[in-house]
Amino acid sequence: MARSSDRDMRGQTLEAAAGNGLINRRALLGRGMVLAGAMGAGVGPAAAGAEPLADEPWSLEVGDPTPLYQVPSKFEAKVVRTLSNPNHEPRNSHSRTPHHLLAGTTTPNGLHFTINHGGIPTIDPDRHRLVIHGLVKRPLEFTLETLSRYPMTSRVSFVECGGNSAPMFSPEPMQETVQALHGLASCAEWTGVKLSTLLEETGIDPKAKWFVAEGADSPHLSRSVPIKKALDDAMIALYQNGERIMPGNGYPMRLLLPGYEGNMNVKFLRRIKLVEQPAMSYYEARTYSPILPNGKAYRFYFLQEVKSFITSPSYGQTLKGPGLYEISGIAYSGTGRIEKVMVSADGGQSWAQAALQEPVLSKAFTRFRMPWRWNGGPATLLSRAWDESGNVQPTRAEFVAARGQLEKPAPVLAFPNQHYNSITSWGVGSNGEVKHVYA
Amino acid sequence: MFTPERAIFTASLLLAAMTGVSLAETPNFGKPIDEAAIANWDISILPDGTGLPKGSGTPARGAAIYAEKCSACHGDSGKGGIAAAVVSDKKIDGISAAQKTIKNFIGDSTTIFDFIRRAMPFQAPRSLTDDEVYALTAYILAENKLIGANEVMDAQTLPKVKMPNHDNFIIRFPDHI
Repeated sequence: MARSSDRDMRGQTLEAAAGNGLINRRALLGRGMVLAGAMGAGVGPAAAGAEPLADEPWSLEVGDPTPLYQVPSKFEAKVVRTLSNPNHEPRNSHSRTPHHLLAGTTTPNGLHFTINHGGIPTIDPDRHRLVIHGLVKRPLEFTLETLSRYPMTSRVSFVECGGNSAPMFSPEPMQETVQALHGLASCAEWTGVKLSTLLEETGIDPKAKWFVAEGADSPHLSRSVPIKKALDDAMIALYQNGERIMPGNGYPMRLLLPGYEGNMNVKFLRRIKLVEQPAMSYYEARTYSPILPNGKAYRFYFLQEVKSFITSPSYGQTLKGPGLYEISGIAYSGTGRIEKVMVSADGGQSWAQAALQEPVLSKAFTRFRMPWRWNGGPATLLSRAWDESGNVQPTRAEFVAARGQLEKPAPVLAFPNQHYNSITSWGVGSNGEVKHVYA
Repeated sequence: MFTPERAIFTASLLLAAMTGVSLAETPNFGKPIDEAAIANWDISILPDGTGLPKGSGTPARGAAIYAEKCSACHGDSGKGGIAAAVVSDKKIDGISAAQKTIKNFIGDSTTIFDFIRRAMPFQAPRSLTDDEVYALTAYILAENKLIGANEVMDAQTLPKVKMPNHDNFIIRFPDHI
């Protein structure tokens, strides 16, 4: 009598989790041999006549000296951010994370997205000051040195621009990489001092309902944040993935508001003023107040809602023939942990649950994976995420019904609207080419 | 048992008792600073006018400053150039953010003053006097027909300017405020 695992190994249909080749995610979890057996039975190349292995030159000579600060291999030179303003013209400047060339959940510091509105200031950390004042009992001034002596906390948090994914407001799918579409989101471990700790020292006047955060950059970028967030999980971050914050990410200190739109995470932070009312600064009054189809506009959106996108395969990649592939992507929610990610290979007709890489952290990138056997025919790959609060990533139809879409495509670097979190779909053609499609 | 930690703890309790302030169990490395010392940095303006400085300006004065310091980017008469238009009668039709103007979108007049003072001119922020910022704000409001051509803008008059789109916003997540 055949045991069930034998049947798994021989009967590929038993591994199917959903249509068009999706395989049960449990095949990924400690059952690699079973999967290999199922996929490779009798189709592996013969070993006879294989090229003998030779020593390469690098194995026969002493290598390079050890640098003080190491950088990636020269063979990885294409793994870089894309720049919206490479000639440093007098306007803002974006750099986007190359998600399609990365794996895991941590964005390397050199590849973390940045948006700066007046260049990157060169701040002398010894002269930088942070003041907390306004509706407090005692206004206080902090230096980087004094802040560095406070009890620290570390947390992994994504930061996402409120305008990330804005090309998806286009009425037709823009043929762009996941870097161009979703590259204004990154995830790092941030270490610093809880803002609530510092507010214990200044004291809070009960009239204070908001605080205004301001940077030391040339636009003195300023945002209003509810006191509620200050007392929850706001942090004055001093370190990014273990080292001092990168200049473009706010050196020497930035406000970190886990789950809130990137622009509110004020960089080069120099001032926090507690106030009764929001200041209605430019970026809250204009930029991050998205226009709705009825002509009104949302204000104080703040939250980066539950989202996911497949990073591999994705636009610009070409599958090299039928066979086993791993569908992999990123999911996150500004509300909390990712509960589950469902993946479809048939345009949303059937779905299977993806494996989530542990640990699944609140307001952090979560890597999902799904084994898939491409049969060489057309396929449409989708991912859809749920968070622990029950929020679900909307379908494109649901999203457009609520938020509208543009009448015609906008330039890919434009921010025609904000806070897009619907499903991204990749169409795989019979030639293996991956296109961006709306499914 | 005597430990350094206990000594510090006792000392902080003693300090709290002496000053009558309830000091939290935090390092207290913050240096007290008075508002006068912060004044130069304290450039936040609230929609009710809180924080607006002394000084004033007229549209006519603003027109001269605009021509000299703003038009290279924002175009003649505020019609737009390499930077956005600051004078426009465009109506919003559809959801594209490119249509947002001061007149059709910005809800509070103080936002204009606040942004000019903290961020403009792009190449020389914080170089304008408060009078110049009032004058530029007056010029932009007057060219947009939101105030009269001769109205003076100052800490009393500016917050009273009614912006057409003021009541057209929906708070997205009220439970986060």
